[in-house]
Amino acid sequence: MGKTFTEKVLGRKAGKDVVPGEIIEVEPDVAMSHDNTAAISKTFYNIGVDKVYNPEMHVIILDHCTPAANEKFAQNHKVIREFVKKQGIPNFYDIEVGICHQVMHEKGHVWPGALIVGSDSHTTSYGAFGAFSAGIGRSEMAVIMARGKIWLRVPETIRIWVEGEFPEGISSKDLMLKIAGEIGADGALYKAIEFCGPTIDRMSVASRFVLTNMAVEIGAKAGYMIPNAETLAYLRERVKTPFEIVESDPDAIYEAEYKFDVSDLEPMIAKPHTVDNVVPVSVVKGTKIDQVFFGSCTNARVEDFEVVSNVLRGKKVHPEVRMLVFPASAEVYLEVLKRGWITDLVEAGCVIMNPGCGPCMGNHEGVPANGEVTLATSNRNFRGRLGNKESFVYLVSPMTAAVSALTGRIEDFRDLNL
Amino acid sequence: MLIKGKVWKYGDDINTDVLFPGKYTYTVTDSKEMAKIALEDLDPEFAANVQKGDVIVGGANFGCGSSREQAASCLLYAGVGAVVAKTFARIFFRNCINFGLPALTSAEAVDALEHGESIEIDTEKGEIRCKAGVFSFPPLPEEVVGIFDAGGLIPYTKKQLGIE
Repeated sequence: MGKTFTEKVLGRKAGKDVVPGEIIEVEPDVAMSHDNTAAISKTFYNIGVDKVYNPEMHVIILDHCTPAANEKFAQNHKVIREFVKKQGIPNFYDIEVGICHQVMHEKGHVWPGALIVGSDSHTTSYGAFGAFSAGIGRSEMAVIMARGKIWLRVPETIRIWVEGEFPEGISSKDLMLKIAGEIGADGALYKAIEFCGPTIDRMSVASRFVLTNMAVEIGAKAGYMIPNAETLAYLRERVKTPFEIVESDPDAIYEAEYKFDVSDLEPMIAKPHTVDNVVPVSVVKGTKIDQVFFGSCTNARVEDFEVVSNVLRGKKVHPEVRMLVFPASAEVYLEVLKRGWITDLVEAGCVIMNPGCGPCMGNHEGVPANGEVTLATSNRNFRGRLGNKESFVYLVSPMTAAVSALTGRIEDFRDLNL
Repeated sequence: MLIKGKVWKYGDDINTDVLFPGKYTYTVTDSKEMAKIALEDLDPEFAANVQKGDVIVGGANFGCGSSREQAASCLLYAGVGAVVAKTFARIFFRNCINFGLPALTSAEAVDALEHGESIEIDTEKGEIRCKAGVFSFPPLPEEVVGIFDAGGLIPYTKKQLGIE
């Protein structure tokens, strides 16, 4: 009987053949944590261990509230910097570098076949590079610091097959929202997802990332894709660790299979307050918006800036809309700066913010007022997500965010003469 | 373990942001303060009125969203004895085990239970007792039962490492 990608990676780590449902103890290749490392370090010391088991295993990236919004966040960052120094953790990225899930692959900490855990739910992202990656809790990260190991249940795998050519202006975000709407917020609960098919094979690195990043929004433990040629070229420039691509066997067992054809996909939108509350944008067209949040680990990379700057160049953001722009990383920022797109966006009336998570979890940099509507390129629209439970968040693609910023209302870009 | 209290019942997809808002994750760290903001964006009555041993009942996908373990620990600090749901989101479920908070799965019990009614849970027998009758729930996998029995992941790890 064939094995899935997940069974192979976890089996290799466990040193035996594994089957779905089995619980194993494994040593991850990489363990990522962010601003929550202060709390993790406290728990780590509470265990009663002085030295981190393997400092090389850990990657620590500050992004969730950068720069610190007040003295409590500042204190939090200070604790982390001191911990990193004391423990000799070599892979530390301070506030100037970017969002953790972007920095992880930019700096070569992600590779095909790797087992990666992170104390952040969007750790599923790295499956776009052929890694097995899953989110864990803070205490679990503290225990990995203490003894290098974690228990994992071997998940069943769901296969999502995608075919067809995207219509002009439709992106992987529209596809992901469509998938979330159809499969539901718990449609892949505890499961590993394999995204495959000709459309996935043709996608850019950034577009593929959107799908694995949001795999957790439908409950998945991990998302995975076979790295395509563009992905491998990207990784070869960055990864120092030797790696081998791990793929599912042709006769591997899948618990469920879904098929999507993107040929006639429309722009999609997730309405408040759940990610699976999805309709075509045309259904809510005309809804007044107050703020656009163009950022997050989901959609703030170079290709997203290309779409947004192409829409906004030479035009003006609606006077009653605040458009906040957060490049996913300093690397992305520099590239879009060189291409002149930051100039386009500033001239259009956007506010350019620092690379980081911004308001995505409600800490700072764009918390909405009561009753306000935010159109976000991010991944979650739970009540209170941006820091105010009396506000409303809709999730969209960068294209839909940009065209709606112009009119101050939710727009279907196909209706506008761009 | 015998848990006795009243039911606080909510719906499907109760997410970590309404259990413990993201804006507090790096700033509210004291357990008493954490207890006060439990369920803040879901039910403003909860934190002020919850009693020790009360049980939260939710539908499908309870605890979806963030990996923040305060979504589980704030319930424990508020006195919650257990969470019963139709299904749990994965990381939330792990966090419950890691804090020794019983997270029990029983769709039948969830359908039968009403907000405010009395409930009794016997974790050894695997029974939920309430007005509608007795419902069973599956035990934890044996590989992780030790973590729960030790009172959570940190005491369990101390024991493993021989630290008192």
